[in-house]
Amino acid sequence: MDRILEVRNLVTRFYTLDGVVHAVNGVSFDLRRGETLAIVGESGSGKSVTVLSLVGLIPKPPGKVEQGAAYFRTEQGRIDLLQLSEEELREVRGGQIGFVFQDPLSSLNPILTIGEQIKETLTRHLNITGEEAKARTIDLLAEVGIPDPELRYKAYPFQLSGGMRQRVVIAIAIACRPQIVIADEPTTALDVTVQAQIIDLFNHLQQTLNMAMIWITHDLGVVAGLADRVMVMYGGRIAEVAPVDDLYERPAHPYTVGLLGALPRLDSKESKRLVSIEGTPPDLLIPPRHCPFARRCRFAFERCWREMPELTPLGPEHRVACFYDMERGGPRNE
Amino acid sequence: MQRYFLSRILQSILLLFGVLFLVFFMVRITGDPAALMMPRTASPEQIEAFREAMGFNRPLIVQFVDFVRGVMVGDFGNSLHFKTPALPLVLERLPATLQLATAAMLMAMLVGIPLGLIGGLNPGSIMDSLARGLALLGQSVPNFWLALILISFFAVKLGWFPSFGRDEWKSVVLPAFALGLSTMGQLARLTRSSTLEIRSEDFVRTAYSKGLHPRTIYAKHIFRNVAIPLVSVIAVQFGYMLGGSIYIEFIFSWPGIGQLLQQAIGWRDFPLVQAIAVFTSLAVLALNLLTDVAYVLIDPRIRYGIR
Repeated sequence: MDRILEVRNLVTRFYTLDGVVHAVNGVSFDLRRGETLAIVGESGSGKSVTVLSLVGLIPKPPGKVEQGAAYFRTEQGRIDLLQLSEEELREVRGGQIGFVFQDPLSSLNPILTIGEQIKETLTRHLNITGEEAKARTIDLLAEVGIPDPELRYKAYPFQLSGGMRQRVVIAIAIACRPQIVIADEPTTALDVTVQAQIIDLFNHLQQTLNMAMIWITHDLGVVAGLADRVMVMYGGRIAEVAPVDDLYERPAHPYTVGLLGALPRLDSKESKRLVSIEGTPPDLLIPPRHCPFARRCRFAFERCWREMPELTPLGPEHRVACFYDMERGGPRNE
Repeated sequence: MQRYFLSRILQSILLLFGVLFLVFFMVRITGDPAALMMPRTASPEQIEAFREAMGFNRPLIVQFVDFVRGVMVGDFGNSLHFKTPALPLVLERLPATLQLATAAMLMAMLVGIPLGLIGGLNPGSIMDSLARGLALLGQSVPNFWLALILISFFAVKLGWFPSFGRDEWKSVVLPAFALGLSTMGQLARLTRSSTLEIRSEDFVRTAYSKGLHPRTIYAKHIFRNVAIPLVSVIAVQFGYMLGGSIYIEFIFSWPGIGQLLQQAIGWRDFPLVQAIAVFTSLAVLALNLLTDVAYVLIDPRIRYGIR
């Protein structure tokens, strides 16, 4: 398949006063043209840092991308995002890669009109006049489903509802027709009904614009209606990656099983208590040499405390980093 | 927005009445105004005659209404020392004080704000240390002491600037610096801290994610937000400066309102003191109103009545 982004062995650390935080520890994944890849994990699993590292958006210092490569296929050819200068990255950000962040209120400047905040992306990346940019901004507002776009052009963020604000943020992200949109928990700060509308909007935009999307979330429930593939992260590493149906039907990592078990279900026969995963995420100041999940894992055995599991293929697209074979109910054969 | 301005104007008028009340009764509650205003050598007959002439023997409320009515038309009575109306004497000194205050404020803004911005954008850098050092100095150095040090070094030892008076442009430099240093420090500190805060806001990250040039981000997204708290500090400090600094104008023999106030107190020239007090308060109130207008221009949340 046509790979638009290939990330190889990404390592990102934060050099803080408390010590070195090993946020991302050798993450590799691909993103295909037009697909939606969901990255799922708890807070601190390294999911946001992974994607922000690719485009130079982690705070530097204390953050530093230590190694790795991120090949991005553009019309001009294949470029390694991690080798680009800050100036070259500015061309990519907002132009070829768009961003949607979590809280639409704080991610918009409170004292600039939404029109201005969309327009500045257009004038930055496209060679157009202010008048043209304004006309396109109004088109964009209509495209993301904001009523009375001419009127709303002059509105300030505080004059819009949360859902409308997130639509504005989405308009900024897709303004220059990027090949990739990175959405970092874009529905977490919204009401459930608004969440559904925003997900519909994303689905619609993705189909019409044929863009690839990386959707970062801690909510596996949101992922089902949206993603093509899911990548589960734990302790700055990939625990499991699989097509979305595979992941729900045959989760292979105990952590994935735990996440799925923690989802409330409407169709369960008897009323069951919600399952939670015991314990706390690993302390990334002292990265373990063994499986980072071993401490919380019901199935952990001696090898899990000795070695770091590598991602191993289970099917054509399904890979897992675990020594325990869920289907057989015992240690996995080499 | 009209309601916002209307309420601000009403507040100002109320405050002005408060000021008039204080200025009027302050003189009365400290004792017999006639005895206070007359020289100590005056005989009881002279004091009695003075009391009669000034109308101090009338009921207080009548005197107050009279005073307020006079103030409304700019009549503060005659200066006891100069025997001429008090207000023109104050206005005569205004240009000198205005010049000093403007020069001091410009110096404070031109040094304090850029230094605070650079420090806030590069915490831990040399410029940041400089900004924090300046803030500390500005807050801790007493301005009368600073004035004397400035005179002994720049005027006496180096001879770069005159040590007193107001005749050439150079003569404003030392008093303006002495007057402006604390504001300079305050602005540097406030600019630095709010820059630090704003630059880690989510919308700044959004601005970076759009691929904007850092220059654009600083000017358009960071500085405009930083400017909001600065406006009020600048206005309040400028108000103080317009009241004239007694120390600074005295030390540098600067013929402004502060010097006049110091002299008027010495002369027990109460009508003049009252005129200065009311005038200064008016200036502060007017500046506050201007600040509110500036807020409306900078911050749309106020324009639409959100905050």
